[in-house]
Amino acid sequence: MSHRSNLERVLKSGEFAVTAELGPPKSASAEIVKEKARMLEGYCEAANITDCQTAIVRLSSIAAGVLAQNEGLEPVIQMTCRDRNRIGIQADLLGASALGARNLLCLTGDHQSFGNHPKSKNVFDMDSISLLKMVKGMCEGRFECGEEMKEAPTFFIGAAENPFADPFEFRAPRLAMKAEAGAEFIQTQIIYNIDKFKEWMRQVRELGAHEKTYILAGVAPLKSAGMAKYMKKNVPGMDVPDEYIERMANAADPKAEGIQICVEVLEEVRAVEGVSGAHVMAIEWEEAVPEIMEKAGLLPRP
Amino acid sequence: MIKAERKPVSEIMKMLSATGDCNNVVVAGCGTCVTICFAGGEQEVESLVQEVKIADSTCGRDPRTYTETTPQRQCEVEFIEPLEDAVTGADAVISLACGVGVQVLAERYPDTQVIPGLNTTFMGPPVKQGEWYENCAGCGDCVLGWTAGVCPVARCAKSMMNGPCGGSQDGKCEVGKDIDCGWALIVSGLSRKGQLDFIAKAAKAKDWSPSSHGGQRKMTREDLMI
Repeated sequence: MSHRSNLERVLKSGEFAVTAELGPPKSASAEIVKEKARMLEGYCEAANITDCQTAIVRLSSIAAGVLAQNEGLEPVIQMTCRDRNRIGIQADLLGASALGARNLLCLTGDHQSFGNHPKSKNVFDMDSISLLKMVKGMCEGRFECGEEMKEAPTFFIGAAENPFADPFEFRAPRLAMKAEAGAEFIQTQIIYNIDKFKEWMRQVRELGAHEKTYILAGVAPLKSAGMAKYMKKNVPGMDVPDEYIERMANAADPKAEGIQICVEVLEEVRAVEGVSGAHVMAIEWEEAVPEIMEKAGLLPRP
Repeated sequence: MIKAERKPVSEIMKMLSATGDCNNVVVAGCGTCVTICFAGGEQEVESLVQEVKIADSTCGRDPRTYTETTPQRQCEVEFIEPLEDAVTGADAVISLACGVGVQVLAERYPDTQVIPGLNTTFMGPPVKQGEWYENCAGCGDCVLGWTAGVCPVARCAKSMMNGPCGGSQDGKCEVGKDIDCGWALIVSGLSRKGQLDFIAKAAKAKDWSPSSHGGQRKMTREDLMI
């Protein structure tokens, strides 16, 4: 079976796939990227390399992706619409493909008011859906303007969706819109509210969207009760049930409890019909991934 | 209507001082948009003159002559022509019009220093007494017929054209809890009308060339030309 990336290979094989996340540093340090890549290599099919997440300037996704690739970790390049117009995005994507990156996650991007340059001007020439449509066209050999190119880029194309954002009734149709626009896989926002996730997946199945795109359920280990409370209160679209906050607050070893909760959530979402894999986001805690994978019985990777 | 708000008096005085020894100053309001939003009408002209007089005397400056005037509109030459004598005889004009009015005045009287007294903020309606919001970005390619009469360009922080982002929560925008999520309004408006399928029709990237991204915009209507 032909495949463009290792991630696509595993998803197509029907095995439960796992992606992780690698946050590039707020510096020019290649060493940090390499170290994180070595930490994750062998524990996931591919890792998202974030594109200035929460609008904080970091080493670029494509550059860090190439560094990770050289360490043996397959990258999922992230591309947001916040900082580049369709000219910049297409140029960078041609470059990413030329450098060998094969997975691409298309995002609208966090608003710059959250980051460390809130006085900046945003771009938002496109949004995630028009970006998906453009990338699909590029992979077929066409620029957004319709002009043809001699050698098309190659990407296994993904997108994100947040089942916990509002309007809730529009979240499953939005996933279907993304699949229609070109998303071959979807990574969800971090799941803590399993009931709500299951209801969302029911709606996704009703639309048949799970048969058009692979869905990877997002999970993340909590580090402390404080982090859980912060996420619930301050991160838009993050729904952390009080039960987990209490467990974190009462735990003798909060980090171990966080990993335990993450494994439990992973096992629950894994059993949901239509879920093809997990996206494990250990934000600035990449070393937690091997333990989560071990405890969830997901090692060795296929 | 165009909305604006007064600049701090310190900023206005800084620009006035930079202009040189201005003894004769015209303070010009505008009787239309900025009067309605209480930023640049006759009353605001009067109160700014009081403020600058206090600022002058606080720093021990000799009193200047301030001439107050509020034409019906500063954005059209025929309305500012009656100000000609006052403006040409003045060392500076503090204009309490929107940026359109300030520029029309500056262009008409190129030898006079025109100082903006307002920050022009946006186009939008009053919500209630003392509160306004932006609802049109003047993008030059109106989609309101597809979006339940709610503008995704002006009322979404990311100007998304294909539905709400993942930061929409309880009808509010991720950027601020006091901002309604434009897309939550669009989705509920379209649901009410049974038109949710309208959303998918926009999927292609928006053409921004009719917006300000295409350079200064001009409009001509030959049928109106004499």
